[in-house]
Amino acid sequence: MSEPVSLSAQSTGGAVDVLAHAEQGSSLWQDAWIRLRKNHLAVVGGVLLIVLIVVALLTPWIAPYSYDAQNLDLGATPPSAAHWLGTDVFGRDLLTQVMYGGRVSLAVGFIATAVALLIGVTWGAVAGYIGGRTDAIMMRIVDILYALPFMIFIVLLMVVFGRNVLLLFLAIGAVEWLTMARIMRSQVQSLRQQEFVEAAISLGLSRAAIIRRHVIPNALGPVIVYTTLTIPSVMLLEAFLSFLGLGIQPPQTSWGLLISYGAETMEEYPWLLIFPGLALTITLFSLNFLGDGLRDALDVRGSKD
Amino acid sequence: MLRFIATRLLQAIPVIFIVITATFFLVRAAPGGPFDDEKVVLPEVKRALEAQYKLDLPLHEQYFAYLGDLAQGDLGPSFKYPGRSVNEILYSGLPVTAELGLYALLIALVVGVFAGVSAALKPNTRQDYIPMSLAMIGICMPSFLLGPLLVLVFGIYLEWLPISGWGAIPGDKLLPSITLGAAYAAYIARLSRAGMLEVLSQDYIRTARAKGLSEWAVVTKHGLRGGLIPVIAFLGPAFAGLLAGSFVVETIFQIPGLGRFYVQAAFNRDYTMILGTTVFLSTLIVLFNLLSDVTAAWLNPRLRSQFKGGS
Repeated sequence: MSEPVSLSAQSTGGAVDVLAHAEQGSSLWQDAWIRLRKNHLAVVGGVLLIVLIVVALLTPWIAPYSYDAQNLDLGATPPSAAHWLGTDVFGRDLLTQVMYGGRVSLAVGFIATAVALLIGVTWGAVAGYIGGRTDAIMMRIVDILYALPFMIFIVLLMVVFGRNVLLLFLAIGAVEWLTMARIMRSQVQSLRQQEFVEAAISLGLSRAAIIRRHVIPNALGPVIVYTTLTIPSVMLLEAFLSFLGLGIQPPQTSWGLLISYGAETMEEYPWLLIFPGLALTITLFSLNFLGDGLRDALDVRGSKD
Repeated sequence: MLRFIATRLLQAIPVIFIVITATFFLVRAAPGGPFDDEKVVLPEVKRALEAQYKLDLPLHEQYFAYLGDLAQGDLGPSFKYPGRSVNEILYSGLPVTAELGLYALLIALVVGVFAGVSAALKPNTRQDYIPMSLAMIGICMPSFLLGPLLVLVFGIYLEWLPISGWGAIPGDKLLPSITLGAAYAAYIARLSRAGMLEVLSQDYIRTARAKGLSEWAVVTKHGLRGGLIPVIAFLGPAFAGLLAGSFVVETIFQIPGLGRFYVQAAFNRDYTMILGTTVFLSTLIVLFNLLSDVTAAWLNPRLRSQFKGGS
């Protein structure tokens, strides 16, 4: 009773067919996987994303130069055989900078999204499952927080408490959990009416066990889709803050920071703007296409937009 | 309907109050007083300054004094620009940012709705794919990248348009407005495409076609009204986004608007200015969310009847 039989199995008609499909385990996830593979843009996005993550993880070993290697005599040079993406005004290899910056940008994207996921899923699952007055109070809190202009608050936090990376993770995560909580709650509310949850209740499972074993796994589809679409918006937020000088600080770097340096000197050295910008744009593209593809594959909303 | 508006207004009040309170205590919790990094300040002068800005009072008295001033629309003096009040600075920046935001929104609406609706009329053709791919680029290309790139191409290489300023040289308003509006044009295109696709498959559209209305009349009279509800609902959040976007765009193009003042205040640690701007911008954002919710509800007959029923 862990997963409901997929719709496609039902539509083929005939009890024998349904059983056969159930035995093959044609689950919701397998159907989704087949649909996702047909979406070329989503596949390209997924593959690019995997490449980016692998490169980010291996950067300390595969980067062509060391992160703080300078060559002041060399200065800023356009792309060449020795420096594929050129060098900046300190003679630092831009490819190395972009690789290390990508580590930070991706880390912010994934960690802040994980924070949002953890808070949002728990909050939404508890509110939706318990229901009643607890639900009303919990969701009212979400409503009020929703109306707060968080973008301005994050800027304020960074100003008041200094430009701390950990705070940046927490602040961004704290903004993004709200939608996650709403999605999770509506999922749970519809799930708790289903027979297999009632069966679990009648078997005497505890509330916590039911939420963990039955409700959360079955509500995962929309959460996965929203997570995939949250990561690019978080990365954008980090880049936005870093561009303004309110996010990541030197000696660390990120794509937002590299773009802001690039924008300052673009008249003489346009490659310093273009390559970090390209890296950020490609990553956002991959994540958005993958997210859109997952949404269609998991059929999260009826209509495609 | 009135009841719906009243409920939403009542909900907005605690939100604004929370913003004021949270901002006030956050700013006061900041390490270091505002005059600590002034180079030569005699102890007496510092005390006099602190008295002038009421910093010598206990925290809760400062808070209530600030609330009292706010109730009269007084945001206090600026720490960094003595002799100028936060109100004056905000008033000087507001028209500029409002104009920039208005142009950006107009660009976003005209381009976005046109692209989205024409894509929805011929789904899965070139008329759909090309604008929607461009929209994806618009979403993935942040304003702080698009702005410098536009400056590089149209300002520096082609030398067609000025690269900074606001209202000084003819044409200098074009690049900032496009930079700010592009991402919203992209979102609006996607929203209006999805909305129109859904509406165009409804029975009442089939009825309209069956009774022999021209395609133009079907789309403009019957389709747009329902199909654009998601766009209207998006305008509230978009307004907040446009304000945040103005931080970047005004910094890139050196435009003397609210966003640039806010970023400068953040760097100068001009606490009253940060406090005042935050309260002002937040109130604006909350009010615009309210306005767009009410408009969306008013346009949607299903929601409207629900609110008449009094929920």
